[in-house]
Amino acid sequence: MTATTALPEPGTAAPPAPPPPAGGSLTRALLRDRTAVISTGFLLLLCLLALCAPLVSQLTGNGPYTFDSAALDSHLGGVPHGALGGISAEHPLGVEPQNGRDILARVLYGARVSLTIALSSTVLTGCLGVVLGMTAGYFKGWVDQVVSRLMDFLMSFPALIFMIAILSSVPSGNRSVLLVAVISLFGWPYFARVIRAQTMTLAGREFVEAAHASGARSAAVLFREILPNLRSSVIVMVTLAVPGYIGTEAGLSFLGVGVSPPTPSWGQMISTSVSWYAVDPMFFVIPGALLFSTVLSLTVLGDRLRAVTDAQGAR
Amino acid sequence: MARYLLGRLTAVVLLLAAICLFTYFIFFSLSADPAVSICGKTCTPERIDSIRDTLGLNEPLLTQFWHFVSGLFAGRDYGTGATAIRCEAPCFGYSFQTNESVWHMMTGRLPVSVTVTVGAAVLWLLIGVGAGLLGAVKQGTWWDRASMTLALGGVAVPNYVLALVLQYFLVVRFQILPFPSAVSFSADPFLWFQSYLMPWTVLALVYASMYARLTRANVIDTLSENFLRTARAKGISRPLLLRRHALRPSLTPVVTVFGMDFAGLLGGALITEKVFGLNGIGKMAADSIAKNDQPVIMAVTLLAAFFAVFGNVIVDLLYSALDPRVRTTSP
Repeated sequence: MTATTALPEPGTAAPPAPPPPAGGSLTRALLRDRTAVISTGFLLLLCLLALCAPLVSQLTGNGPYTFDSAALDSHLGGVPHGALGGISAEHPLGVEPQNGRDILARVLYGARVSLTIALSSTVLTGCLGVVLGMTAGYFKGWVDQVVSRLMDFLMSFPALIFMIAILSSVPSGNRSVLLVAVISLFGWPYFARVIRAQTMTLAGREFVEAAHASGARSAAVLFREILPNLRSSVIVMVTLAVPGYIGTEAGLSFLGVGVSPPTPSWGQMISTSVSWYAVDPMFFVIPGALLFSTVLSLTVLGDRLRAVTDAQGAR
Repeated sequence: MARYLLGRLTAVVLLLAAICLFTYFIFFSLSADPAVSICGKTCTPERIDSIRDTLGLNEPLLTQFWHFVSGLFAGRDYGTGATAIRCEAPCFGYSFQTNESVWHMMTGRLPVSVTVTVGAAVLWLLIGVGAGLLGAVKQGTWWDRASMTLALGGVAVPNYVLALVLQYFLVVRFQILPFPSAVSFSADPFLWFQSYLMPWTVLALVYASMYARLTRANVIDTLSENFLRTARAKGISRPLLLRRHALRPSLTPVVTVFGMDFAGLLGGALITEKVFGLNGIGKMAADSIAKNDQPVIMAVTLLAAFFAVFGNVIVDLLYSALDPRVRTTSP
């Protein structure tokens, strides 16, 4: 795809142990890419703002749960005063109709919820997927059979229906933890499938044989020899999984089974805005645009990472 | 081939049985007593008892499960004596909410889901595969860059956000389209088309973006293969090269993904149907979950799993028909 891609050389054996792409060169390649830099910048800014959400709401004087009926027009059924959903010096992004909660504060606190859930799900999914996929691909035999059948089972499940059903039938408890658990339960097979296939090819390579011959135990071979070689695909899959899970969390909250109110979440805000979008479109635009740009930035980043690692792999 | 098929089918039956068992126990052990919710507020303990008796809820869970499964294949009776209600096979029971036969509910709503899915699939295949092919053939041109940028955006936009944006502009603001409703084709073909246009577009956009990226990557991969280099060296014209040699190997992965996506959507495009208020399987699932209507949840889950599992089998069979390299290795 890029100028550096060498011609494929069929027949010649691959080098015994290709050095995994070093972190430094990955970063350097990404820094040369303007789109990747912009995406990363946006994501860093978002994370920073989300981390500083309490500080921001102290600055503006609006918490995510404080009602402000003064900002609403009670004659118009609770539509915010002023243009663009009540944007003013006091409320930089306007207020929610009907209850007057500050949108900036809610969007930032919502980002904390969304990002935490998405990142935890990714970590859990990634760990489960990598460990189970590596085990299945390395030990083969009955271990592989068990893991593969479990993957078939979970992947043929109508995951969305099932997630909603589980989430809605468990009445209370910690919603976020439940969300992470449910997302990871149905998510890990997609990781494991790729990892398993790659482990199978890696397990037959000379450097693994060499490790065996020098008396290394299976666990050592798995984590010291095979895992480092899987690094680039894990990085790519993780970067592409995060936007997916942000979308899933928002979708579940949109359907009303995600984070329970009054805790803010983007999906939930979008879902509430549905009944208002004809009179107050800004209430929909802000969380919608934020969700879109976050998912887009992460997807772009994952995409560029994949292009870079592919090019390095081909070199 | 016959042995392979037999093995596959056995695996499918086992998989469906496992899904059935798992779903049954999860839902019937997690949720509250259905007899209480059916009976309503003005309820006596005797009444609850009689409901439990009729539904067979007093029996052990395993016996209940057995009744459910045998009901699927042989039908079952609810209650005994003169008041017994016969539920013909395939018996998925009766909705706790409306007392309607779940099987009838499903068959009544399946056409809507099929219409949504088929229409969207036609759109996304045309747009996605078309854009991907063009992108690969005209690699590096502005057309390639523009379509891939669009595809990246299409992957990132959540379908309910897109649905709301379209609805705002097309229905509320400029009133170009009517609000979607499940009009039948025979009643008013034009209104039918107008109604389904937005759901189709919304559903198709995300998939079209993914397929465009997938197709482009696959075609580019195939174009660098040795057998294509040979064909080119023999002096074949470029259109013929693409059509005869490059298309088939690069589209087989697309067929695989398509089979699974299509089968998955037949089990209900939950969010799209819900946002547009289309009465398909997906909306039925969402509604039944909201009301904790266990027989319906159970049936919808099984239906969706059924489509997914069989979609997978069909894809495997198609794959060996399309790609001779797979055929020789299949047992």
